[in-house]
Amino acid sequence: MTEKKAREFTTVSSWPIKPLYASEDLKNFDPKRDLGEPGEYPFTRGPYKTMYQGKLWTMRQFAGFGTPEDTNRRFKYLLDHGMMGLSTAFDMPTLMGFDADHHLARGEVGIEGVNVSSLADMEVLFDGIPLEKITTSMTINAPAIVLMAMYVAVGEKKGIPPEKLGGTIQADILKEFIAQKEWISPPEPSVRILMDMVEWCAKHMPKWNSISISGYHIREAGATAVQELAFTLRDGIEYIEEGIRRGMDVDQFAPRLSFFFDVHNDFFEEIAKFRAARRLWAKTMRERFHAKDPKSWMLRTHAQTAGVSLTAQQPYNNVIRTTIQALAAVLGGTQSLHTNSLDETLALPTEEAVRIALRTQQIIAYESGVPSSIDPMGGSYFVETLTHEMEVAAADYIRRIDEMGGMLKAIERGFPQHEITESAYRYQKQVELKEKIIVGVNDYKMEAEEPIEILKISHEVEKQQVKRLREVKEKRDRKKIEHALNDLKKAAGTYENLMPYVLNAVREYATVGEICDVFREMFGIYRDPGEF
Amino acid sequence: MDRKLRILVAKPGLDGHDRGAKIIARALRDAGFEVIYTGLHQTPEMIVSAALQEDVDVVSVSILSGAHNYLFPEVIKQLKAKGLTDVTVIGGGTIPEEDIPGLKKAGVQAIFTPGADTRDVVDWIKKNVKPRKF
Repeated sequence: MTEKKAREFTTVSSWPIKPLYASEDLKNFDPKRDLGEPGEYPFTRGPYKTMYQGKLWTMRQFAGFGTPEDTNRRFKYLLDHGMMGLSTAFDMPTLMGFDADHHLARGEVGIEGVNVSSLADMEVLFDGIPLEKITTSMTINAPAIVLMAMYVAVGEKKGIPPEKLGGTIQADILKEFIAQKEWISPPEPSVRILMDMVEWCAKHMPKWNSISISGYHIREAGATAVQELAFTLRDGIEYIEEGIRRGMDVDQFAPRLSFFFDVHNDFFEEIAKFRAARRLWAKTMRERFHAKDPKSWMLRTHAQTAGVSLTAQQPYNNVIRTTIQALAAVLGGTQSLHTNSLDETLALPTEEAVRIALRTQQIIAYESGVPSSIDPMGGSYFVETLTHEMEVAAADYIRRIDEMGGMLKAIERGFPQHEITESAYRYQKQVELKEKIIVGVNDYKMEAEEPIEILKISHEVEKQQVKRLREVKEKRDRKKIEHALNDLKKAAGTYENLMPYVLNAVREYATVGEICDVFREMFGIYRDPGEF
Repeated sequence: MDRKLRILVAKPGLDGHDRGAKIIARALRDAGFEVIYTGLHQTPEMIVSAALQEDVDVVSVSILSGAHNYLFPEVIKQLKAKGLTDVTVIGGGTIPEEDIPGLKKAGVQAIFTPGADTRDVVDWIKKNVKPRKF
């Protein structure tokens, strides 16, 4: 390594860092205005008064692979080991709104998440799980309205009404066009479908978070911390505007919006990001949207350690990376956390790997003492300066997107996509030029490494899922299905809320693919512009 | 002087992870190759038809979804079916070490896994690929 050479120090996402921060950096810092008390505007110190003293964050490992039976077993295994809430990963065909027997699903069924084609799969997935007691998160976006309806239907079958169901559905469709790229129809009708679901949830599911506005994928696609912060909050602003446009009162739905951020390696940058996010959102909601309910001002978030930071080389090092990231999330004041498993850069995690990941959170929670005091970084010259700088930089991005006419317009122009691609490429170059060191990859390498045990998913899964789908289709009342899908189609041509129609269709076991085909027919199919 | 090599960067399957594909596409373009990027969610048929239309020398396939054991052989099978036997196929993505011998046997000539340096990809192409004759 080069020693003592005058070089510029920057965070992992290229934010410039001074060698020392001191009182003059906080000249304009007013603790009363900029920090406030925990649980009070502007929420820099956390959304709740007592924070982890009152309630630890929810340890919520993202899980899903193979058949619904496989994932149901994994859910129960994690709950047995102390996990506090479920988080469901769906496979690519489900995310794209295709059934297990679609030709585009070949080779992908159950590989990167659990496959769900109809309510029959959803019933198995949540079999024996007390939905009235455990909160569930579902990472599903383009077909979110369908999976949401299925979850409600599973509740109905268990005798649990929607108002008793607690949890989160990701449903952040704007972020799909920006980064995650699992879409069905073009952005505008996609937002309409999503907002129909949000509106329905606001009326019928008081304990449900109807959008988890997600920076995670934006960051994983290569964004810097500031870009992640800015684009995520600007997506949130777009949803608020959409809600208001359809006549909803902001305080009626804003308290049920939650957030989801990535936690990368740069410890202080990440802590600052969470603090800046809460402050900026609080100001936006109060000043820009004149929300009156303090719950509308309050940014609550789930966090996941950075998948993209994990290395295939020397995979045990990933446990250490994840620990540092998890610590940053806790110091940043997250409400819920997923810690990645050491093998996730190669495949979905084995039981052992996911147990270690969960234990990482438990050790932080119960052994480290870190959660004992609220916002222990508050007042640090460095962290307060960084929090302020990130807030200012993100607000500037938000202003630029406002000037473009909002996020839908910015996406059509390819603005956030382009910014992210630029950052990803710059980071790659920094790594290749060894301006950024990744232990085990561009420094401290090992010649021969023993491969680790990874989870393998049999292609039998595809056969089993196709078989169940065929059985379900044979048992259904074909007339009722046709009616339900026709009614949905008609409603799609009007401004009616689609959620009740989707709910009717899934109750009759209409499949994810059949319902999404209605969307494809009525709203068109979005194609990747393929720019790089 | 030989003409510039033409490379199709292709993203088959349903996953939306295009960070790697886009980085490779840029690095190859910066290295002086002509690069065509398919965009996401391509079927093997779509990729082969793009390769045919664009007269490419190399097809560089990026897969992170775990469906590589199905998608790579399918792309190669269909390239052959169209008579494109002299197109070099390389690949990258999240591909477990133990799957690599099988993929090479299926005809993938080089595989770059997570942590690969874009300069190694460029060097490999310069060393191993000659422009196709038309």
